[in-house]
Amino acid sequence: MKEIYLGEIAHARSGDKGDGSNVGVLAGNREVYDLLLEELSIERVREHFSEICHGAVERFELPNLLALNFLLHDSLGGGGTESIITDAQGKTHAQAMLQMKMQVPDDFELLYPMGPPKS
Amino acid sequence: MKERLRIGNGQGFWGDSVQTPIRMLREGPLDYLTMDYLAEVTMSILQKQKNRDAARGYATDFVRFIDEVLPEIIEKKVRIIANAGGVNTEACRGRIFDAARKRGLSKLKIGTVSGDDILGRLDELKAAGVEFRHMDTGEGLFDEEREILAANVYLPTEGMVRALDEGADIVVTGRCTDPGLVLAPLMHEYGWSTPDQLALGTVAGHILECGAQSTGGNFTRWWEVPDMAHIGYPIAEVGPEGELIITKHEGTGGMVTVDTVAEQLVYEMGNPKQFLTPDCVVDFTSIKLAQDGPDRVRVSGVRGDVRTPYLKVSISYLAGYKATGQIVLSGPNALEKARLCASAVWERLEMVGCRFEDRQEEFLGIGQVHRGIVGPVENAPEVVLRLGVKDSSREMVNRFGMEIAPLVTSGPPGVTGFAGGRPKAQEIVAYWPALIPRELIKAEVSVEEVGA
Repeated sequence: MKEIYLGEIAHARSGDKGDGSNVGVLAGNREVYDLLLEELSIERVREHFSEICHGAVERFELPNLLALNFLLHDSLGGGGTESIITDAQGKTHAQAMLQMKMQVPDDFELLYPMGPPKS
Repeated sequence: MKERLRIGNGQGFWGDSVQTPIRMLREGPLDYLTMDYLAEVTMSILQKQKNRDAARGYATDFVRFIDEVLPEIIEKKVRIIANAGGVNTEACRGRIFDAARKRGLSKLKIGTVSGDDILGRLDELKAAGVEFRHMDTGEGLFDEEREILAANVYLPTEGMVRALDEGADIVVTGRCTDPGLVLAPLMHEYGWSTPDQLALGTVAGHILECGAQSTGGNFTRWWEVPDMAHIGYPIAEVGPEGELIITKHEGTGGMVTVDTVAEQLVYEMGNPKQFLTPDCVVDFTSIKLAQDGPDRVRVSGVRGDVRTPYLKVSISYLAGYKATGQIVLSGPNALEKARLCASAVWERLEMVGCRFEDRQEEFLGIGQVHRGIVGPVENAPEVVLRLGVKDSSREMVNRFGMEIAPLVTSGPPGVTGFAGGRPKAQEIVAYWPALIPRELIKAEVSVEEVGA
């Protein structure tokens, strides 16, 4: 097994949804989607965001887009306009999600670099 | 009937690039240009402006834009649909008519759609038994005394369609759904009315509504996005039978790929099977995306269901005051110095009797927004200390604002970056989402031609 970042096999976008955020995670291919169905459990995501998300975590599946949508309740310090924290709209939660580390088989194909190619 | 329509978005929110709608008109062919100005917070700001001055309460950026491009709109026959009317569609139309008269134009027709603003009807609706129960908490709006700032219903798209049917060149609406701005021309031109058709138009609108977020903006692999500075905004190319291609003007920056479009599809999503609008219910798990050439993504398979008997109301009310202030700590032990500054501020405030309903301290630069996932970086060479408070007392929140600057001389060394004066208390505008039976709301549509 090897340790990788979620961002090496998926991409994501987040935004606000009431007092919480949503994070849509898009798998790079069907094999990754099947892996994420197992690995990216509600418990795993709740643990990853333990200092950010203080409410329930919900998960929805979109097999058509190879996507999982997470709702992180109570993660914005009161939500949108009421919050006094910097990321009051959960704009950065997608980038936070992609930094999750996971174990995959040694031959599991990585799809994306975690940044621009170094010259 | 047109074989295909090109509908663009030139504004994802009020505050988005003012140059983009102009570029959208000039950089390629377009049949309709849609523009979104109304966030929830915008409605309460506009309502306040109107309370002070009955001639205000609409998006002034929009009027400036129209004033600048009016001859081009008419020459190119591009129809404009914008929710720039805010809480004063009539005043917005009046200013556009002024601009048209100034140029001696007399053929311009402007449609307004209103009836969304129910602030003045709350007593009547309360008497009729509407409780405005909070969609998340279930509380009734009138259970407690509240200072309500604005109340607007998300109107169904029919109102905009009627304005287009009556020949409006420009449609100025109050609160509607963002996707409705794109759905309206499809209903008008193609007579779309089945749940699947309405759902397809809604999906097109959802992909377009945040401007460049579907054309490479906010994209995870940002380094793959060409010419970000000149990013093109999204265009939906739609045929009458439901062919939908997402694209952008040729030669502009950015990119339209399955991945950039998919990221926008999941943006601000709740339950994907139940995407509710006043027009239909969309099942996002039905959407199929496929690359159809460079910067062209085909959207198909979209399924929808009939609309619910309710409309959503967005009510805003005053929920106290807030302020935030920040300074920069530099040099050795920057984080430790920042922590000392934070505790000194709180202690100094407590000495004068200031305790707040909520207070926050953030140490930006050490892994703050991703706390628990990265960092904290203990040896950061500089740290931004950001403090915030929330309270029902405006006076106390203002008192907080006076305790930031003194740190420059009465704190540790290496403090800088305090600029812009004392942070002032800002009103907290809170939201109260609720539902209202559809039959209680009637959109008012009026189309008028500019007089001489």
